[in-house]
Amino acid sequence: MSPPVAPAGWSRWLVPPAALSVHLSIGQAYAWSVFKPPLESALGLSGTQSALPFQLAIVMLGLSAAFGGTLVERNGPRWAMTVALVCFSSGFLVSALGAATEQYWLIVLGYGFVGGIGLGIGYISPVSTLIKWFPDRPGMATGIAIMGFGGGALIASPWSAQMLESFGSDSSGTALAFLVHGLAYAVFMTLGVLLVRVPRGARPVAGGPSAVEGVQVSASSAVRTPQFWCLWVVLCMNVTAGIGILEKAAPMIKDFFADTDTPVSVSAAAGFVALLSAANMAGRIGWSSTSDLIGRKNIYRVYLGVGALMYALIALIGDSSKPLFVLCALVILSFYGGGFATIPAYLKDLFGAYQVGAIHGRLLTAWSTAGVLGPLIVNWIADRQEDAGKHGSSLYTLSLFIMIGLLAVGFVANELVRPVHARHHHVPAQREAADVERQQPESAA
Amino acid sequence: MSNDSSPSPQPDRRPLIAFAWLWVGAPLVYGLYELVRKATQLFTG
Repeated sequence: MSPPVAPAGWSRWLVPPAALSVHLSIGQAYAWSVFKPPLESALGLSGTQSALPFQLAIVMLGLSAAFGGTLVERNGPRWAMTVALVCFSSGFLVSALGAATEQYWLIVLGYGFVGGIGLGIGYISPVSTLIKWFPDRPGMATGIAIMGFGGGALIASPWSAQMLESFGSDSSGTALAFLVHGLAYAVFMTLGVLLVRVPRGARPVAGGPSAVEGVQVSASSAVRTPQFWCLWVVLCMNVTAGIGILEKAAPMIKDFFADTDTPVSVSAAAGFVALLSAANMAGRIGWSSTSDLIGRKNIYRVYLGVGALMYALIALIGDSSKPLFVLCALVILSFYGGGFATIPAYLKDLFGAYQVGAIHGRLLTAWSTAGVLGPLIVNWIADRQEDAGKHGSSLYTLSLFIMIGLLAVGFVANELVRPVHARHHHVPAQREAADVERQQPESAA
Repeated sequence: MSNDSSPSPQPDRRPLIAFAWLWVGAPLVYGLYELVRKATQLFTG
């Protein structure tokens, strides 16, 4: 399947909504928790069992993004969006069958395995294309798409809840909800499949920068560079730190102010979690766009350096002021979102647009690792502290200092990022130049 | 000078752009509205 080339006069502003139609859909994954209570009551599942489809979906996201990236580059964004549409929607349809027949393994297979492949391929599907359309503003372009992944849960969470309320939360009501989700997302994602185009030439805007000039590195070469692994560490540390807050946000704010004159109610804690989601989403578009102005390395210095400072403020004086606690947490979550959204543009800066989608897919294994690390650190430490008789904010002090340490590791990794050596460059002319340099090392000194 | 050499007029993409942004913008606005409703509980709850 050859990538769909834009006809003359095609507007590049049609590509972000194409990307958003996919990312807003697959972002539903973060609203899986809406389906947990009805599944638990209808099928007699435990909380751990009902989380299985989501966990498998996230594992499949990482694996399919890592291993499917080269296919996405080869076959183009329309192919990738079609695969994402078919997998994501049929995952819901298989789950509907599973709920209707009360066969839970079908829900795990459908939503987790098949749908998870749709998540991974869909996540990376527009990245390379957006960067080629917006070589002048790659941070903003990928920020819009990746903001959609955050926005997907905001839409799906109330929508799915209202649907379950209307259809009922028994197995047939849940099956019907899965069916409607599968069909609705198929229709919604079709816009992306129909609209997405790759630019006709290397210069999508007359007189603007070219998408393919400068360094170009293939995905297989990129993973052999120290730059790739530095960015892997940067992303992993930034995401681990963000998830640390996100995972325990509601109990954390309640525990922090439990012994004060202004304890936090359950509904206020839910409001805090919603506010964090907004900061996460705003950070994706806001900080990623800012990176186009101040540079990728500098923006990660802010994410990691100022992020560590925010964690320190929460750890040291967070329980003295609720507004300060909320403000610091919002900034951290905006950096968490920004870190996700800026990484494709950072990869483009280092490795070029040639196979940036595939490289991004491989880098997302850092996300999968962080998804395990972050909650593990915060939950395990909080449990141990509770066993030791601690309460309130002191339950989290050690975790917060560990997060600061992780951000410091990420900061150092970011500082170690240098331009990629010419021996990794894809363009034959550049490779020849590297060979000449290797043969004459003394004369160059 | 022959008219054959003049470039063919390009279609106006603005309606399609508006439709595409509305397609993705409408559900996003709904999601944000629900989010704001919930977030206000932090100050009122």
